[in-house]
Amino acid sequence: MKEAAAQLWVEKYRPRAVSEVAHQEEVVATLQKAVKEPAGRGDLPHLLLYGPPGTGKTSTALALCRDLFGPQHYRSRVLELNASDERGIKVVRDKIKVFAQIAVVSNVNTKGPDGKTYPCPPYKIIILDEADAITRDAQTALRRTMEVYSRVTRFIIICNYVSRIIGPLASRCAKFRFNPLPMDAMKGHMRRIAKDEGVKVSDETLKFLIHSSDGDLRKAINTMQSAHRMQSDTDLDMDSISAAACLVPPSVVAAFDKATTAKGHTNTSVRKAVDEILSEGYSPIQLLAQYADRLNRRTQSEGVSKMNDMQKASLALVIASAEKALIDGCDEKIQLYDVASSISRIAHAPEDIQVLKVV
Amino acid sequence: MSTEGLLWVDKHRPSTFSELSYHSVLTKNLQSLSNTEVPHLLFYGPSGAGKRTRVHCVLRALFGQVVEKKKVVHRTLKVETKQIEVTTVASAHHIEVNPSESGNNDRLVVQELIKDMASSAPLDMKKSLKVIVLHDVDQMSQLAQQALRRTMERYSKTCRVIMVAESITKVLEPLRSRCLGIRVALPSKSDIGVVLQSVAHKEGITLPDALVQRIAETSGRNLRRALLQFEATRVSVGALELPSDAQVMLGDWEYVCQDLAVMLTRSQTAHQLIAVRKKLQELLAHAVPGDVILRRLLEEILRIADDEICPEICRVAAKFDRNLTKGTKPIFHLEAFAARFMQIYAAFLKQQAAMMD
Repeated sequence: MKEAAAQLWVEKYRPRAVSEVAHQEEVVATLQKAVKEPAGRGDLPHLLLYGPPGTGKTSTALALCRDLFGPQHYRSRVLELNASDERGIKVVRDKIKVFAQIAVVSNVNTKGPDGKTYPCPPYKIIILDEADAITRDAQTALRRTMEVYSRVTRFIIICNYVSRIIGPLASRCAKFRFNPLPMDAMKGHMRRIAKDEGVKVSDETLKFLIHSSDGDLRKAINTMQSAHRMQSDTDLDMDSISAAACLVPPSVVAAFDKATTAKGHTNTSVRKAVDEILSEGYSPIQLLAQYADRLNRRTQSEGVSKMNDMQKASLALVIASAEKALIDGCDEKIQLYDVASSISRIAHAPEDIQVLKVV
Repeated sequence: MSTEGLLWVDKHRPSTFSELSYHSVLTKNLQSLSNTEVPHLLFYGPSGAGKRTRVHCVLRALFGQVVEKKKVVHRTLKVETKQIEVTTVASAHHIEVNPSESGNNDRLVVQELIKDMASSAPLDMKKSLKVIVLHDVDQMSQLAQQALRRTMERYSKTCRVIMVAESITKVLEPLRSRCLGIRVALPSKSDIGVVLQSVAHKEGITLPDALVQRIAETSGRNLRRALLQFEATRVSVGALELPSDAQVMLGDWEYVCQDLAVMLTRSQTAHQLIAVRKKLQELLAHAVPGDVILRRLLEEILRIADDEICPEICRVAAKFDRNLTKGTKPIFHLEAFAARFMQIYAAFLKQQAAMMD
């Protein structure tokens, strides 16, 4: 097995330098300035990077460290802690504090083994990745540590939800929001990877792939790699993308729509459709999400009755409560029976919406 | 390996791709995956579809016969003051763990044990990969799943994770996006028929087609269940030639659920409710989980109730299912469902009678 072949594309194409990070211009500009500043002044603040998954937070942090220290000093200067490490209050007190205390030699502007000059400012960096999972107690214990050792240590805190970080920590950091990647930025990136890896993919399929990954570049890349594995000799098509991304194929969603709203169906046939979907092993939540999407965009199509806004709105309520129930761990079959039979009821009785409220 | 005393489900479990009988497209895909580079995999699908069997076939294709030599290892993890017992099944190239067995401590299992295994390079340098199989990933806590995220990326050069879950609803999105999802659907009724006949052939049993049909029907397309039912039927008949009218055995609790549905439709009085409650309590006392009872009861009720009131029954069932999941005492919610159904049904009957007049 070849070494390169076994590598995940996400790792292979992870940006090596801050300038390579896709799309996040504001963040990139600010951080690049910090790298280029006359080194030794150490004027990088603590950073708080937040935003949805797959937008380049971890990549930016790692690339920044690489830009600052170069491969030679990277290991001694950077401590990376993520949710796979124990990060309770004890670790904050022992490991983080100890690492933060160590003073560093100021070997400014060192030449790396690759001949490039790295600023190598006189501080260390602690990256706290996936910080949403750090307990409040541990975060509280970090407060003073961040301030006291700020001469020799900078923190980069990375999280999805900034609200999970306690206020005192957030206020000690410069905050950077990472936005979901827009279609065009993703497309350029994906095209480049596809070209390098010899993936044959049409524009339309690529669009579907990007649309289904909601601005999450990692998800898009992973999906493409998985689909490519399954189907390496021909062009990628939508079915293989759906399979690789654990989506419900559009045709199944359409069939579900038809089974619940088409003329001449009975309650028994509706339930049969649900049984069929469940025994195929599709994810009910995914089905609901895609169905809701379809519901919003739908116009009159063949065999499917038209719905007015009131009907759609009340269906959204039903779907929302079922989604919540599924997340809470309710039974998939019972919840889907409810959704499916409600759809059929609403679709055929536009004036009967009030009935649904009574349980 | 001696096959004496094994259940047929285990005895006739396929261990190579060529022995798998249904889902031929999937088998072909898995085969081509195993020949080249394997990504992290996430097998998902209903119970009894053959997920573990396929995982095993992948391992077999990757490493050969060696993976059959498995041994069970009990490990004790010491984290601070806690001691956690973990049971693993391991061969030279792979290790199987079910972190959710450790309950609330599953996060520590992931952080300590799995990271440890993932980060150490495999012993045999010729095979540059080792595989960690995680069972019941959907039962793992959120924190434990979080802890897997970076581990899967960081050690992707030396280690592959194969996860098995019944439903991907409860698998975190970041984990899902790191894996190649493999959906294993339930076999169709004719697929089940083929498997049953081949097992019957190997065991030297004559199995009439009508009986195959009925087993496939009652098993709900769950292959494991179908095989167990077949074996149970064979034991209860006690001969090598099964009559086509042999009774297919269901679980006792399923008969009780059938009775309950009939009781609820027969009369709707407080008296009847007390009788129903007694049965429900009996079921719970025999450790049948509340949600399983509710689902089965709903299925039985829907089978006999009139088509018109079905949507309303589903709606009510969904509500009590939500309450049941949140609450701690299943009996209240099951009883509430029974009472609510009685009310709906009685109103429906009254309406029917009024229309007759």
